[in-house]
Amino acid sequence: MKFEKLGKIFDPADYKLTDGCTGFAKSPQAIPLEHSVRIYFTSQRKTENGKWISCPQFVEFSKDFKTVLRLSEQPVIRQGDLGMFDEHGIFPFHVVRTGEKFRAYTSGWSRRNAVSVDMAIGLADSNDNGVTFERVGFGGPIVSASLNEPCMVCDGFVRNYNGLFYMWYIFGTAWKKYSDANHPERIYKIAQATSDDGVNWHRNGTPVICDVFEDECQALPTIIRTGDRYHMVFCYRKAYDFRTNPANGYRLGYAFSDDLLHWTRDDNRLVLSGTQSEWDSDMQCYPNLFECDGKIYLLYNGNEFGKHGFGLARLTEV
Amino acid sequence: MAKWIKKGLVFSPENITNRPDWMDSFAQAPNVILFENYIRVYFCCRPKPDENRQFVSYCAYVDLDRKDPTCVVGLAQKPVLDLGGLGLFDQFGTYPVSMARDGDDIIACYGGWTRCESVPFNVSLGMARSKDGGIHFEKYGKGPVLGHTPDEPFVVTSPKLRKFGDTWFLYYTAGRKWFLHEGRAEIVYKLRMATSRDGINWKRESRDIIPDKLGIDEAQACPDVLFHNHAYHMFYCYREATDFRHNKDRTYKIGYARSADGFNWIRGDEKAGIHASKTGWDSEMVAYPTVFALNEKIYMLYLGNEVGKDGFGLAELEGDL
Repeated sequence: MKFEKLGKIFDPADYKLTDGCTGFAKSPQAIPLEHSVRIYFTSQRKTENGKWISCPQFVEFSKDFKTVLRLSEQPVIRQGDLGMFDEHGIFPFHVVRTGEKFRAYTSGWSRRNAVSVDMAIGLADSNDNGVTFERVGFGGPIVSASLNEPCMVCDGFVRNYNGLFYMWYIFGTAWKKYSDANHPERIYKIAQATSDDGVNWHRNGTPVICDVFEDECQALPTIIRTGDRYHMVFCYRKAYDFRTNPANGYRLGYAFSDDLLHWTRDDNRLVLSGTQSEWDSDMQCYPNLFECDGKIYLLYNGNEFGKHGFGLARLTEV
Repeated sequence: MAKWIKKGLVFSPENITNRPDWMDSFAQAPNVILFENYIRVYFCCRPKPDENRQFVSYCAYVDLDRKDPTCVVGLAQKPVLDLGGLGLFDQFGTYPVSMARDGDDIIACYGGWTRCESVPFNVSLGMARSKDGGIHFEKYGKGPVLGHTPDEPFVVTSPKLRKFGDTWFLYYTAGRKWFLHEGRAEIVYKLRMATSRDGINWKRESRDIIPDKLGIDEAQACPDVLFHNHAYHMFYCYREATDFRHNKDRTYKIGYARSADGFNWIRGDEKAGIHASKTGWDSEMVAYPTVFALNEKIYMLYLGNEVGKDGFGLAELEGDL
């Protein structure tokens, strides 16, 4: 897939965010509307103990992505309650629209002691066309750690193909201490689940994307269909020294499937062309593929995990 | 109406000289597997706390004389279950535990403990299998078998694993809410159940199986079920949500419910027939009951003060259920 970069389109520093957030616009995810494109993303605010909490927001663009029409003015979803899986933030926030119904697959974070965090995927529905969302049930997760997916289940991306719901997501295979690190680092892989109702999911605990190096971390799978082929873009990085060392940081990967069972990885097939730009020079991550008025686009974050916003690219060749 | 004759404290690690470090104190969540020559009681114990005064919990067993169940005849030499690895759901404890026979094997369902930042812990249920007669159990996998769901959002714990006919029954506890009281996170949990054909894939009933008696913040735990005289009998414990640790009026009491099918329960705590003593090791509370039949008699093992810090005791049923 060849994309032409259209540049950074949103910088959170230029706007007033909800929930007291002061920066970051991570994991942009688009929902095309009739006259605009709404992009959900998560921003961050610092808590008293110096840690971050991620809060979903949205921004609506004109369909040429040149004008910001609207931002979320109230919390898109309230913070998780004490002891809940999403108490310490939601990132990413994946919204699926079916007709008039907006439904969010949330990735909830809760902090741990021996390791920094655990994650699980929750479900929240909207009664106001995606402006705000309420959790289902007593607020627990729909997809969480299981026998063969023992930790860190998140990054759910849901599509309905051929009458069946598919979820691509990641799960943790291990926490690992590297000799030059004084805290455990996480390792996670992309997996795939199916469902008849979008709520109850069948999983098998098997990664679907092969590794290209040892202890590879794979994240944020996003899928789009062209003809009979399904394309996946995701991001991947080394498990250690990935925050400030560009050689180990996130970059974008690619895989395709013709049967929704087997995926062939071929990162070289994904090309983002355009002028050299500073905002995504060291890192490219958290991709989101979407179609709008017959064109296919790719949203993604750049340096520092989206601290300075997100950019857009347009598909030029499948 | 049931009436239990207390036979006294049966086992406490603290009464054993030269006990191993990992079995320093506590004997919690007793449950029974009958062997030809002895009664094996699995329980959960703890080493001394770490420098932050935090405990881990291990599963062990003690063997009791079939003719005189107050008499100890054997003791586990090492934990029957390993703790989980870094960042896994059972890194900091395996408590409570419930064992059941599965053909020649014994299988275990246990609560795996992880430590959290805002609340002290979270719990999911793991499973394991022993092929050596219940001395060591191998886990089914690295993750939990019953984790968290929209209406069982955290602290899925206190399992009792039973097989009635061809169906596995799991009675357990699921957290409903955490709240701060006098600066401390306290939890409310409710009794739940699930069934399974294969013992791995569970169908949850997703409802509270007994009504509340102490209001919506009643905490309920340890639903142990015995099939006897053509009916299902459940003994469990329940308490108030706050000020329950040493306040005799608000702490754990043992309750009773009855069912014709194992699914639909009628709560009748007045029929439980066992209460805290005036003095001694169970003077504040009685909790975490397990009930078993042996030699034409019905016995109960249960915990006393500080939820088993001082071990578990035995009672014998007078009359019938």
